Amino acid sequence: MSGVTALSRTARHRLTGRRLALIGGLTIALIVAILVSLGVGQFPIAPHEVWNLILAKFGVDVPPAAPGAEAALWTVRLPRLLLGVLVGAALAGSGLLLQAIFGNPLADAGVIGISSGAALGAALAIVTGIATFGNWTVPALAFVGGLISVIAVYLVSRSGGKTEIVTLILTGIAINAICAAGLGFLTFLGNTSSREQIVFWQLGSLNGALWKQVTTVFPIVLLGLIAAYVIAPKLDLFALGEKSARHLGVNVEALRITVIMLVAVLVSVAVAFTGIIGFVGLVMPHLMRMIIGPAHRPLLLASVLGGALLVVLADLFARTAIPNADLPIGMVTSLVGGPFFFWLLIRTRKSQGGWA
Amino acid sequence: MTAATQHHPHANLVAEGVSLSFSGKPVLRDVSLAVVPGELHALIGPNGAGKSTLLAMLSGDRTPESGTVALAGKSLREWRFKDLARERAVLTQDNTVSFPFTAAQIVEMGRAPWQRTPAENEDDQAIAEAVAQTDVQHLLERTIPHLSGGERARVALARVLAQRAPILLLDEPTAALDLRHQEDVLRIARDRARAGDAVVVVLHDLNLAAAYADRITLLARGEISASGAPSDVLTAERVHEVYGQEVEIIERPGRPPLIVPLR
Repeated sequence: MSGVTALSRTARHRLTGRRLALIGGLTIALIVAILVSLGVGQFPIAPHEVWNLILAKFGVDVPPAAPGAEAALWTVRLPRLLLGVLVGAALAGSGLLLQAIFGNPLADAGVIGISSGAALGAALAIVTGIATFGNWTVPALAFVGGLISVIAVYLVSRSGGKTEIVTLILTGIAINAICAAGLGFLTFLGNTSSREQIVFWQLGSLNGALWKQVTTVFPIVLLGLIAAYVIAPKLDLFALGEKSARHLGVNVEALRITVIMLVAVLVSVAVAFTGIIGFVGLVMPHLMRMIIGPAHRPLLLASVLGGALLVVLADLFARTAIPNADLPIGMVTSLVGGPFFFWLLIRTRKSQGGWA
Repeated sequence: MTAATQHHPHANLVAEGVSLSFSGKPVLRDVSLAVVPGELHALIGPNGAGKSTLLAMLSGDRTPESGTVALAGKSLREWRFKDLARERAVLTQDNTVSFPFTAAQIVEMGRAPWQRTPAENEDDQAIAEAVAQTDVQHLLERTIPHLSGGERARVALARVLAQRAPILLLDEPTAALDLRHQEDVLRIARDRARAGDAVVVVLHDLNLAAAYADRITLLARGEISASGAPSDVLTAERVHEVYGQEVEIIERPGRPPLIVPLR
């Protein structure tokens, strides 16, 4: 009975075979992408110099690098890369959580309007110049905006414990429209500099990332993702439907609230400093699910690594594709995500006649 | 007898005078019912009689407007979800799954309530037994979207059996199944009852109910029309009265009677 041994109780969560290969491969790819990305740009730094500069930081005695290389690496590129890694991880993690709680592969913070809710909150902080929570004001208002959106989507689009896909998408359209109106009004109210900032939000960019932002985002994303990892097995049970999950001992209401809060935290912290970077949360969980299946623990690890990798690569492209220009990264991820969405649509239509 | 039943050999699930209405229309009126260990209890009745609603109350999904549902003397509302999951397993009519989990992963989910308890050691055995009973061994590596309705129903049943709770509540478990698997499901249910579990099954097929149930409760328009041994409940007059369909009851010595509609 070999089938039965494969069924042992931890099989669903264990990192074996394909899962281990995928997660290992993504980790290596992410490290390589980071090292390459650190050297490439307007001020090229040779790979061995990148390596030496890193070693030097750890107190290793190495030959001195070219003048300016250290500054380019430590004050410009590294914070930007790390912020990209954190944002990519947060967006992919939030996408997976949303898909799990809606039982629906189309749920994504951008598609259903959570990102724009958070952006609206952040814009409000910028334009009005509120600084109630100091450095944390922008992320805090982004969190409130994101939270209101996600709760609105959840309340409106669910009925009888289920979410119709059409209702979900239409709810997203409504929320995106309302937030666009709000953003438009704030753009109208704001002065030139705040207008620029609002525009930059909607396009998404990692340009000008600061260490201060990295250290603000890091603990929030880390804690959010650890919490997601802890509840992941319950999300598996949630796939059976709310009732069956409850019959298996899941406190469905508590789980729902936890996931909604986590999504709001992860999305708003990502959006607060980099703006709307679309499709990462949609593409990555979907792609990873196709490779290693839907069990949420391994899927979370793979999606988070994949999201970080996607954002790092997209940012590399954004800042090197056109010499001396820094493209908005949100545009780049949408360039990847849009066609992916199309492909998803066509594939689903072929296999099951489309989404009902 | 499973280890689960040994924990609480006297866990009694009792509904007392429960009533419920949907938007003003009464669905259940003053229904009382005891779920007894060792008994296979069939709930039957015409469409809309309130069978599934009653089962939802017994499982804790619905709260009665008046009356109480209590397990081991404690109202279901006071039970923690996790503790309840170790006492009763529920098979719902809806066995769709949101993501393409394999059948093996679905069956394994039935063990979730026992995580980090001594009973975790029984996981492999419980799963293997449930898989064998429901005849799903050959489906284990396949994903749920690739199974037929009947196969999905059996995988869902395997998950519920793997849970090894001493109370089993099954809502129309035979609905999507072919002849043999229908009989299989009721044989399994009866075996579980013989082993000391309490089993409640919502059924449409009167012959299945007559053949397997220890007790039948016949619901009509939200009220209990009759409850007792199959031969006492299933009389030609009562079935005609409740279902509005004339039937003939063919008695067969040493075998369960046949209930045949007059055509």
